[in-house]
Amino acid sequence: MWNLVREHLNDIVAAALFVIGFGDLLFQKNMIKKIIGLNIMDTAIYLLLASQGYIEGRKAPIVVDGVKDVSAYINPIPSGLVLTGIVVSVSVTALLLSLTIRMYKKYHSLDLDYCLMMARREG
Amino acid sequence: MKSGNTKTQNKTELIPGKTAKRLQSVYRIAAAVMIVLLFVLLVTAMVGLPEIGDKNNPDNNEVARRYIENGLEETGAVNIVSGMILDYRAFDTFGESCVLFVATICVTIMLRIDGRGGDEDDEEHETGKKAFGIRESAFAKFDSRNYEPQNDTILKKSAMLVIPLILVFGIYVVLNGHLSPGGGFSGGAILGTGFILYLSAFGFEKTERFMNAKTVKIVTLVALLVYCLSKCYSFFTGANHLESGIPLGTPGAILSSGLILVLNICVGAVVACTMYSFYALVRRGRI
Repeated sequence: MWNLVREHLNDIVAAALFVIGFGDLLFQKNMIKKIIGLNIMDTAIYLLLASQGYIEGRKAPIVVDGVKDVSAYINPIPSGLVLTGIVVSVSVTALLLSLTIRMYKKYHSLDLDYCLMMARREG
Repeated sequence: MKSGNTKTQNKTELIPGKTAKRLQSVYRIAAAVMIVLLFVLLVTAMVGLPEIGDKNNPDNNEVARRYIENGLEETGAVNIVSGMILDYRAFDTFGESCVLFVATICVTIMLRIDGRGGDEDDEEHETGKKAFGIRESAFAKFDSRNYEPQNDTILKKSAMLVIPLILVFGIYVVLNGHLSPGGGFSGGAILGTGFILYLSAFGFEKTERFMNAKTVKIVTLVALLVYCLSKCYSFFTGANHLESGIPLGTPGAILSSGLILVLNICVGAVVACTMYSFYALVRRGRI
């Protein structure tokens, strides 16, 4: 059991981060806190991807001294995927924050329930 | 989070207090059960994955092998990740730059303040405000321009020291994207923070001398067009062929690896402009 946890420590921490972010989305009413929760979920995905690409005892895939052997470097593909994820998450966060600013300007509150209630009342 | 919600929910007019409270607690318990179940599910799935750091894992397959063994010869980039994302998968990165550009456009649409003003505040909100126990101070006029630092000496002096270093470091990271860790995205983000710090320290008037809506527009569009033209011709030459014709040079030199350097500069320009315009838009409603 303990061995299993140690082998998959990164994965389990990623799962915990994902769940913490998801719980943030479910429990918080403040829109800013919800967006923070979404960003925590994003970091969980980065951790999972980056740790899948890691290989014990190898270095980052930057060719040093012309060594082109596979056994010298880690897997470069997950690194590229994490990069894509970060860019998309930045864009989504900016969009969500600007929507939140618009919502605050209209309803003068960040409380999602209150804003939805007011929106429903307005028809 | 518990105390605040029960207090406000009691006073809602739409749903009677007790029902609202009951619904609230049902929702909370259901949510808690759900996230615990999700955690258990995820952990059981994770434990089934192959061990981290094992070289025989299925994701270390022939694709990664090929990138590492042939990457340096085919792309000329010492940094294999850079060679991968800007040569083999250049379309993917072009899509990412376009995502950033579209995000800038969307934020501009959302936050742009035109001269007409027009506050959407009205009396209908008064009852709701009281029901939810929202303090009046939260209704101060939304205008962060009132909070701009005015002639803050400490900020100005330290910005004078730090900003050149930040900008030079950002340019270094962009230009060395094919040689060392970094590249267009990280270097562009560093450059963007430099501009943002300049804006916070010296205000909009001075920043607009070199960074205004026109500059942002021109730089972003030129960068995206250069990227697009340098990679999209392969659609007409029968795809699957991204030769640039530029000599790859000696690996490790700064002028090497063909188009990767150019594309890194394009991506860096787009990212720096995007970061700056996000901040400027949130701050005052236009770039």
